[in-house]
Amino acid sequence: MAVDRSLWVHVVVLLGVAAVAATAHAEPATARQQELVNMVRQDCGSCHGLTLQGGLGPALLPAVLKDKPAESLVATVMMGRPGTAMPGWAPFMSEQEAEWIVARLMQGFPPVAQQLESSK
Amino acid sequence: MMGRMLGAGVLSLGLLAGCAQTPALRGTGDMGVVIERATGAVQVVEHSGRTSLGSVPGLGDLSHAHVTYSRDARYAFVFGRDGGLTKVDLLTQRIVKRVIQAGNSIGGSVSQDGRLVVAQNYQPGGIKAFDAETLELVSEVPAEYAPGQFSKVVGLADVPGQKFVYALFEAGEIWVTDFTDPRQPKTTRYPAGKQPYDGLVTPDGRYFMAGLFGEDGIALLDLWHPEKGVRKILDGYGRGEEKLPVYKMPHLRGWAMAGGFAFLPAIGRHEVLVVDTRTWTEAARVAVKGQPVFVMARPDGRQVWVNFAFPDNGWVQVIDTPTREVVKTLAPGKAVLHMEFTPRGDEVWVSARDDNKVTVFDTASFEVRQTLPATAPSGIFFSHRAARIGF
Repeated sequence: MAVDRSLWVHVVVLLGVAAVAATAHAEPATARQQELVNMVRQDCGSCHGLTLQGGLGPALLPAVLKDKPAESLVATVMMGRPGTAMPGWAPFMSEQEAEWIVARLMQGFPPVAQQLESSK
Repeated sequence: MMGRMLGAGVLSLGLLAGCAQTPALRGTGDMGVVIERATGAVQVVEHSGRTSLGSVPGLGDLSHAHVTYSRDARYAFVFGRDGGLTKVDLLTQRIVKRVIQAGNSIGGSVSQDGRLVVAQNYQPGGIKAFDAETLELVSEVPAEYAPGQFSKVVGLADVPGQKFVYALFEAGEIWVTDFTDPRQPKTTRYPAGKQPYDGLVTPDGRYFMAGLFGEDGIALLDLWHPEKGVRKILDGYGRGEEKLPVYKMPHLRGWAMAGGFAFLPAIGRHEVLVVDTRTWTEAARVAVKGQPVFVMARPDGRQVWVNFAFPDNGWVQVIDTPTREVVKTLAPGKAVLHMEFTPRGDEVWVSARDDNKVTVFDTASFEVRQTLPATAPSGIFFSHRAARIGF
């Protein structure tokens, strides 16, 4: 019984560490977040549109992405999609950053800082 | 007497109102617009004194925008990503008319006779012709290349004979539509190649070229002899070499024909291709700093200016056309999106999106003549486009 309790404590602690690590990975620093938001809006936006409603590339809105597995979207961001115009963005971001971008895309992507200012 | 006084009063009121609303007489030949991408506005500018004259907001989503001009060069037709088509009066800096004509649009062009404005659309795929005066829909040509299948339209260009030429991304075709009878356009289709991403017409309106993303090569249609069909030129220009990932599609609009040679962006490589236009074969390649987006000849053809895709989009390079060497490398700011020459090429205006500025360079000395503030500027379009085929 005592053994069981200490095992549970270990598990809980480990889970806690994992959660902290995951948050640390999933949340790039604020300045970097702004860079990533700008990159998605402007550079991904040259094919997918600044508003992400699509252009030569498909729309990246929550409604379009909702049935797609996040892991495969992350793989597409990092490695591109052969046979299409989608390039891999691995030279410009880490896998954790791609995960952060995909998670934000699936929620509805934040606007760039400049747009926020101008809408004030 | 009373009536006469009243009449005089009304007349002077009218004159006063006239004074308040009508700016001093001026021509539009040195005017233009700068797109402010993030805020959906255009700045009206003039390039004789290099100044901004005012701003016109309310143009919708201009994240990808194109501007073409009325035949009299007074009105700018602004095409927005959201399908908005807006007619802006350069002189009063007001919106004359605005329609939402599609769900997703990338540009348009004015007919040879100046009576039609034709929009090219991604969604719904096809082209639509509007009365240039009223913006009423005249006719449309859906890009239905197979039953129920519609293609995105790219590279639309006006050409002589009331015709428009354009390419279909998914269909891999070039279509030529004749609007001689504006309500009943006639379309001829030509197979072109895999995934045409943009097109351009030579300044004389004779040759239409579509750049292909899905294969190494360029589709060429001679509009003097369309019956001969599309010819593939520069076939396999990257043979045996792996293409680099493309972070931004090149734009072919803004032709670069100089001294009998065409200068074109190589897709997926850090090169500008030089093509001999007598034989349509490769004459040379010029190594440049990144993947070219716009490759534009100064109007006299002596220089070609090049900007680049992410992540090299802070640079502009200048190629001397006789020696085919890069003679100048400039850093006009963060995210250089577009360049526009003055009509005779003494100066060039360059937009830097992330530095919120437009820089005016002297093209002979490369000195900065002026910098103008602008909010996330992208395209710069001067009114002399009104008089040119394929703009």
